Amino acid sequence: MSTAQDIWQSSTSSFLGFRAVYVREVQTYIRTPMAYVFLAVFLLSLGVLTWEAGGFFETNRADLAPFFVWHPWLYTVFLPALAMRLWADEQTNGTDELLLSLPVGLGGLVLGKLLAAWTITGFALILTIPMWLTVNFLGSPAAVELSWMNPGSLFKWLGANVFGGADNVAIFVTYLMSFLMAGAYLSIGLALSAIARNQVTAFIMSVFVAFILTAAGWPVVLSGVTDSFGVDAADSVARLSFLSHFEAAQRGVLEWRSVIYFTGFIGLSCMLCGLWVARLRE
Amino acid sequence: MSKTIEPNPTEVTKSDAMLELNSLKKSFGQTVAVDNISLSIGKGEVLGFLGPNAAGKSTTIRMIAGVLSPDSGDAVINGHSIVTDRQTAQRQLGYLPEGAPLYNEMTPPGFLRFLASARGLDTAKREAAVERVIADARIGSVSNKRIGELSKGFRRRVGLAGAILTDPPVLLLDEPTDGLDPNQKRAVRALIARMAPEKAILITTHTLEEVPAMCSRVVVIDGGRIVADDTPETLAENAGGLEAAFSELTLAAEKPTA
Repeated sequence: MSTAQDIWQSSTSSFLGFRAVYVREVQTYIRTPMAYVFLAVFLLSLGVLTWEAGGFFETNRADLAPFFVWHPWLYTVFLPALAMRLWADEQTNGTDELLLSLPVGLGGLVLGKLLAAWTITGFALILTIPMWLTVNFLGSPAAVELSWMNPGSLFKWLGANVFGGADNVAIFVTYLMSFLMAGAYLSIGLALSAIARNQVTAFIMSVFVAFILTAAGWPVVLSGVTDSFGVDAADSVARLSFLSHFEAAQRGVLEWRSVIYFTGFIGLSCMLCGLWVARLRE
Repeated sequence: MSKTIEPNPTEVTKSDAMLELNSLKKSFGQTVAVDNISLSIGKGEVLGFLGPNAAGKSTTIRMIAGVLSPDSGDAVINGHSIVTDRQTAQRQLGYLPEGAPLYNEMTPPGFLRFLASARGLDTAKREAAVERVIADARIGSVSNKRIGELSKGFRRRVGLAGAILTDPPVLLLDEPTDGLDPNQKRAVRALIARMAPEKAILITTHTLEEVPAMCSRVVVIDGGRIVADDTPETLAENAGGLEAAFSELTLAAEKPTA
């Protein structure tokens, strides 16, 4: 067999292995109450915080700022809960031995697991789209009457009320960055799940690390750092914080440095996770 | 009786070996778990890998399966090194780990489909393979149940089905009959005998009376070293029974030195 054929066969096989791990993890979330409890509690919490604490109606603005502002804080608690089982469960049940005996590279195992948890998070974000529709409706209550006799009126109504009332490009950008940031939170949980070998320990460690990385960009913390160590130190701390990197996105601004930061963070966490899983072979 | 390493009775030459262990070594801290083990298993051989607890059996099997990395040495599976070409080597073998760890939330067919996909089978081959091993391992009656609800015997058979799923040339079976009732044990032995002519099979077991029924060759290890390598019949003849041979070979290591 030629080298090219070898490489092709090996790549195809690796992809099939990665896909198998991904599908199995998604199915595990779906077949157990975990995904449903996560979705229900996450959406309920987000709704309550947006409507009540965020004062959604009081702002009188057709934007989702009171909604997105809670994302980092909710991710700090909910996404470690979603990721804590990814490796800890394997080690508790002894199935890590089964996984490591499969002809799947560590990259395939790590990415398959991360993407499965990320898919569930993405689905949770998709379920918040009615919020997006709401700001469009509230922001542009155009006088187009719906009529069952005239199907075209539905399209006119959608155009006026759904796609025309808010800065939808800005909202879309914020959704994208929120999804990317979710990947960073999940990657913390994934890596610490491999290191902790126990779900509860993994959860506590992940919440702690996620909280540090979130709170580091909190104005209260930054002003404290400024007072104690100066502006430069505060800038450095802010540059490490998820909150700071999500701030521009909340205004609808796509900052490439934040995209690179979150992507790089995910990559580093996955590498740490892969290295730790490789240690199981030692 | 002094410990001696008998010559390999089946005279497997390196060229026709489907599984070849070359000076395999593994330590955990100061403890040497596997100490320079070398052996070859050829096509058609069923090798009983025996030893007392903590002798190094599972560590050796884990290294062959690619779960553990050897400190030195190599395992060559159907021509592929587990050290330098791990994934290709892993595709050449089926592995039933000790205790048969399984995903409890899955059904047996779902679990087998997962293994088949992870081992690179496409959809058409996957379904055919799953149907075949469900019949071979006689687990059709529990296909709709979750693995977590199954008895130990059925779990073992699901694990065995997973090991033979891709019809690999080399099989590593760690206690394949553990937890099975006599009928199930007989069925597993028959399955192994049926597969044996085309494969190299390495089996560990604590049930010595099963060895002559399943294995054409026996390797006894103790303290991480091979202390005997012979046919079950010869070992039994020399010591007045296989159990006596096993005791003589392995108890010597436990005696305190003067």
